[in-house]
Amino acid sequence: MKFGVVIFPGSNCDEDAYHAAKDVFGQDAEYLWHKNTDVKGADVVILPGGFAHGDYLRTGAMARFSPIMGAVRAFADRGGPVLGICNGFQILLEAGLLPGAMLRNKGLKYCCQHVYLRVERTDTPFTAAARAGQVLRIPIGHGEGNYFAPPETVEKLEANRQVILRYTDPQGQINDEWNPNGSVGAIASICNERRNVVGMMPHPERACEPLLGGVDGRLIFESIVQTLRSAESLALQPSVVGRAS
Amino acid sequence: MIDLQVLQRHGLTREEYDRIVEFLGREPNLTELGIFSVMWSEHCSYKSSRVHLKTLPTKGPQVLQGPGENAGAVDIGEGLAAVFKIESHNHPSFIEPYQGAATGVGGIIRDIFTMGARPIALLNSLRFGSLEAPGTKRLLEGVVAGIAGYGNSIGIPTVGGEIVFEPSYSGNPLVNVFCLGIAKASDIIKGVASGVGNPVYYVGAKTGRDGIHGATMASAEFDEKSAEKRPAVQVGDPFMEKLLLEACLEVMRTDALVGIQDMGAAGLTCSTTEMGSRGGAGVEIDVSFVPQRETGMTPYEIMLSESQERMLLVAKRGREAEVERIFEKWDLHAVRIGEVTSDGVLRVKDRGSVVAEIPNRALTDEAPLYRRPATEPEYLREAQRLDLESLGDRSPEKRPLHGTGRVARGFQSGGDFLALLGSPTIGSKRWVYRQYDHMVRTSTINLPGMGAGVVRVRGTDRALALSVDGNGRYCYLDPHRGAMLAVAEAARNVACAGARPLGATNCLNFGNPERPAIMWQFAKAVEGIGEACRALDVPITGGNVSLYNETDGHAIYPTPVIGVVGLLERADRVVARRFREPGDAIVMLGDSRGELGGTEYLKVIHGLVRGVPPALDLAAERALQQLLVALSEERLVRSAHDCSDGGIAVTLAECCFDTAGMGAEVEIDRVRVAGNDAVNVAAALFGESASRVVIGVAPDDVTAVLQRAAAASVPAKVIGRTGGNRLRIAVAGETVIEVSVGEAERVWLSAIEKYFVKRVA
Repeated sequence: MKFGVVIFPGSNCDEDAYHAAKDVFGQDAEYLWHKNTDVKGADVVILPGGFAHGDYLRTGAMARFSPIMGAVRAFADRGGPVLGICNGFQILLEAGLLPGAMLRNKGLKYCCQHVYLRVERTDTPFTAAARAGQVLRIPIGHGEGNYFAPPETVEKLEANRQVILRYTDPQGQINDEWNPNGSVGAIASICNERRNVVGMMPHPERACEPLLGGVDGRLIFESIVQTLRSAESLALQPSVVGRAS
Repeated sequence: MIDLQVLQRHGLTREEYDRIVEFLGREPNLTELGIFSVMWSEHCSYKSSRVHLKTLPTKGPQVLQGPGENAGAVDIGEGLAAVFKIESHNHPSFIEPYQGAATGVGGIIRDIFTMGARPIALLNSLRFGSLEAPGTKRLLEGVVAGIAGYGNSIGIPTVGGEIVFEPSYSGNPLVNVFCLGIAKASDIIKGVASGVGNPVYYVGAKTGRDGIHGATMASAEFDEKSAEKRPAVQVGDPFMEKLLLEACLEVMRTDALVGIQDMGAAGLTCSTTEMGSRGGAGVEIDVSFVPQRETGMTPYEIMLSESQERMLLVAKRGREAEVERIFEKWDLHAVRIGEVTSDGVLRVKDRGSVVAEIPNRALTDEAPLYRRPATEPEYLREAQRLDLESLGDRSPEKRPLHGTGRVARGFQSGGDFLALLGSPTIGSKRWVYRQYDHMVRTSTINLPGMGAGVVRVRGTDRALALSVDGNGRYCYLDPHRGAMLAVAEAARNVACAGARPLGATNCLNFGNPERPAIMWQFAKAVEGIGEACRALDVPITGGNVSLYNETDGHAIYPTPVIGVVGLLERADRVVARRFREPGDAIVMLGDSRGELGGTEYLKVIHGLVRGVPPALDLAAERALQQLLVALSEERLVRSAHDCSDGGIAVTLAECCFDTAGMGAEVEIDRVRVAGNDAVNVAAALFGESASRVVIGVAPDDVTAVLQRAAAASVPAKVIGRTGGNRLRIAVAGETVIEVSVGEAERVWLSAIEKYFVKRVA
């Protein structure tokens, strides 16, 4: 199976996502230059972290116009699994592939630290290997990760079970003190209605190797590998992955 | 046209001007005068420091590139090189903290990738006035945000550093930034221009009027008018630099490149001159081809602009299209502005007509060289006198304030202990490093605050440990010894992580060298650095000198900052500061002599900056470092932490922090430095004798560790055991500190954060 890792000018976690897919999980991986107009046969697409186009205007606001985003949208429309990490999540929001927006962190400062996350849903290709309620320890690194959406949108997200991860304390309890950026509903990750497009602010690729002080991010990668493998073994096209659950 | 006033504005003396006229055989025009002024500035020419810097050890079998290039390089095995350098951005950061610090980061990153290396880690060494003083919080916030804004965006982790608060820096903060990169040893690129007729390209941001005379500004003292120099501070664009970084590394992989150099201090002037000079060639450019951000710029302005994110490169003739195509891919436009010539002259044209013509030699090798007079400062003898007996006389109201009085026994020691932990220089720097992306590139093994920064080298089993250290107070009291201690501490921190120190870079921050007392401090410090680097086998591979760090005639403490890079052949052998398991033995390596001169304890508790700094036996230091590396290779050590600011008491506390509250029971030897017993206890707890490290050892390994230490002639002694949730320290059987680790850690964590707590109405 093949991971496609998009490089926007200003992406800076592209190598990290590629390294995790290829070296840690032994999968094929290929970079997708933002001027490309196809995903080169990737089975899963990752929009990595960084500061695409410098993010001087608004995070993700320029990147959504890159040619590759047309291909990513078409891939997602076919049900292909797409994961936006950090800046990738911000880009998915700007591109309208996910609802809502990001505000500056509540402390108005960039924040790089480990956080605790409670797995809310396991019926996405990126959380299938986790247990509901499981608490993960994964790092964040962002200045604008304060997820915001109008109340009716948040209600809809909740009703559709689209909230995938929430910031919690180490015991899995929601608590303002442990919400690092002030996100509404302590939301750290959401998916689209079809459940194949997932955005998350935490960086799972930073928590895949014991040497780096934590391996809880492996679950995200294991989930997609497992999901795609079972799709393959059923001789199905990735196009059904989004509906598999 | 060129009168004394014009010369003064250019920071040139009458004698220097006469020298220019002699070289040229005529009067220079204004453009040429501008070019001379920046190339002969202290910042670019090292005219006051060069005679001393030449004495530093710069060679060794591990050294691939010594001083003189954009950065130094050492061999780290497997065909790879560690490329690194430290640089100051003190003056710009004082005037405009965010942009000053940001562009400092941008500049040092360019120095690294210019060498063909991919930058993989940043460190910084910062010094400010007291946090209580007006303006310090604004400076700290601005500098930290600037470093974060640039480093985070470009995606290079800031993995460590040091921050010191000291009134001496209130009018002149220090912002020193260090960058490390990795290159193939065989592919190191140099900043040379050669091959007559080869095209000279300009690529990157457009040239504006920002930063004109930045190098000259960095070579002058400050006064109340300095804020007017704001236009001389540049504005950084990390996104542009990210594009340049990726595009330049891609071009370097093609073999179409002859040489490359960033346009840092003195911009286009310095890069054209230095590249030509290194390649034994000349460079001819036409400024009308230079992309400009503003209209009506004169050749003078274009040559002296310090606009950021610009590179000058020389390509091989016939390979132009290849080079241009790569830059186009990154939406950059490489513009041909001239070519390499054979005559060794920097020739600047404007629409075809020559506007400046100066032999490179006149600007580089023949720049003035001063052996400035140096005399011992008058304050020194008095400041070195320390009457220890008087320290015992402390009335209760002289005791420091601290957050809590609930210290079971030994109130005075316990109170002093918490006051030290809660002082910003010793306290946790979490408020700062949380703003830096320290995990991007997924290679950071030792996170900030855990000792030396450690990053793995992708594609190998290896890792590099990095530390930057300095102690201005020690150097104020004895610049020679203080500088040696800085080298020793940086190398020791690297060794504590399990890495063998390979090489060093230095950033020398001093006052006005035209004053003999300052020059004496400088000369003594350089002597000390040389002596320590030779003894510890860490050659200096490059660095930076920042003089004129004075405001209104007040010089900073002499502050050499040393960056050391060390190698771990096995990344998984890395050792960090914190204790690992309850029940482990705590072993003290090195001798405690209760030295209180120049310590953090004297400053924080007694308000004194006095005495002589701790003695340093370089042979003992080397043995200690080699032992630490050997113990980590054999996996005999679970944690290691250097004893420095605040002595063994603070070191032990820091070993307990970040462990979820694991405590320790420790008994240390008494020392006799005074007749007063309270002073002796303080000396045992807070003395800063050098060459000491506290290690955590699994019970089964204690015998082996003590044997290895004995064989290496390193004093070693089991002083206690980890466990429980309290830290108890006894001196000669009597408990003098007992505190809950959680409580001590809260004091330590809030040391800086408490100054930034938002008051809710």
